[in-house]
Amino acid sequence: MTLITRRNLIVLGGAGLVAGCDAVGSSPVGRAVLTRDSDMHHRLQRVIGGRDSLAREYRPEQRSPRFRVNGNANPNTADYNALAAGKFAGWRLKVDGLVARPLSLSLAQLRSLPQRAQITRHDCVEGWSAIGKWQGPQLSKLLDLAGLRDGAQYIVFHCADLMGGSTPYYESIDLIDAFHPQTILAWAMNDAPLPIGHGAPVRLRVERQLGYKHAKFVMRVEAVASLAGIGKGKGGYWEDSSGYEWYAGI
Amino acid sequence: MSEIQDSEIPAPRRVRRHALVTRIWHWANAATIFVMIGSGLMIFNAHPRLYWGEYGANFDHAWLVLPRFPGWLTIPSYYSLAAGRHWHLSFALVLALGLLAFMIASLFNRHFQRDLRLRRAELGPRHLWADLKAHLAFRFHDPANPTAFNIFQKLSYVGVIFVLLPLLIFTGLALSPGMDAAWPWLTQVFGGRQSARSLHFIAMALLALFVVVHLTLVILAGPINEVRSMITGWWDVPDEDEK
Repeated sequence: MTLITRRNLIVLGGAGLVAGCDAVGSSPVGRAVLTRDSDMHHRLQRVIGGRDSLAREYRPEQRSPRFRVNGNANPNTADYNALAAGKFAGWRLKVDGLVARPLSLSLAQLRSLPQRAQITRHDCVEGWSAIGKWQGPQLSKLLDLAGLRDGAQYIVFHCADLMGGSTPYYESIDLIDAFHPQTILAWAMNDAPLPIGHGAPVRLRVERQLGYKHAKFVMRVEAVASLAGIGKGKGGYWEDSSGYEWYAGI
Repeated sequence: MSEIQDSEIPAPRRVRRHALVTRIWHWANAATIFVMIGSGLMIFNAHPRLYWGEYGANFDHAWLVLPRFPGWLTIPSYYSLAAGRHWHLSFALVLALGLLAFMIASLFNRHFQRDLRLRRAELGPRHLWADLKAHLAFRFHDPANPTAFNIFQKLSYVGVIFVLLPLLIFTGLALSPGMDAAWPWLTQVFGGRQSARSLHFIAMALLALFVVVHLTLVILAGPINEVRSMITGWWDVPDEDEK
């Protein structure tokens, strides 16, 4: 008797629910509620894991046989190509913003700082993972050299690769992750100079977060009090352009 | 029995079947599962390959490669990994905290001990066979004790509440690089992050299968009575059980 109508109801109801979710997701209130997830998980994870929990490190034989290149494989701008042609001898990393002593460091200077090497797992937001070895100075060492001024809350990374043909990639992290022992500016990968596909001359490793936070082709490190003035204010290119979480620990 | 006049048939016996806590969790969880599966399929679409072990990407061997799920199955219906993640990670909190609250409440009101405890005799092959035959004859209730769950109900509810949902929650947590740093055992117990992702998907498929079977049995057992009992708590003991 009611079998057919009921089954129809379920099917219609199911399709209606999916459509309803679209409507909720695109409404201002729905969006405001749903995009709180990053914040809530950020707080929960800081409570559960603390500030200094370490990402797991692996043995050399546990590395991926082949590490996938993702995002921009080559900035391919005139400036970048000139730097790459000179093996980045002319490249300088600027450290500025809310710092007492702005820095301009060559690759040789970065290599002469105390180094950290770590074999870690890179987790892309898409779902895949690859394990590789990364080496470079801890970001905390650079920030200590530059001396953060009062009010500095976030560290922003400005990159050489252009998104959509015009916007240089940018990302940001809080000071807890910036001073985390595994947060390094890697210039070597798997015991060789960082390849262009993986962000030469230097990429950020921020091991407790997803891949899009690990900015490649880093040109400038800026200390800021607020993310409001960076891009559209959400702290990163993918956060601003597509609504990805700023805290990408989940 | 055949002599009884229509007018003499007693009104159905109405009994209290489901506690308020059970009903609230059931519907909140039903909505949550719906959102979690839809948004999970959206996230899966971003990389529809599954691996075993710690790592796994395009150059590595995938044990399962699927075409992308169609828009009518995903949340949102258009391709947006970012939006799918917001849905999934928001409702993940509802799923996990809701299950925890339900478990605590069901220990206190003795729902677990009274209704879901598996007894040795029920698990014997003879009992299982008898229950299976009863199921195939569309008899779902023990006439002597009609409100008690039968063994297949118990096994499936226990499997969902104590195995599948916790497995989904913990394999989900194992996908989070922040949680993996906080709890390094997470990826290790599942044999690596990509294994956790595969188990997350398999557990989802089993849960989807449960939902299909569950809805089918609700329809076969009398949908109005069953759904009403899960809304109001009151359930009519089916006629044949009275005889």
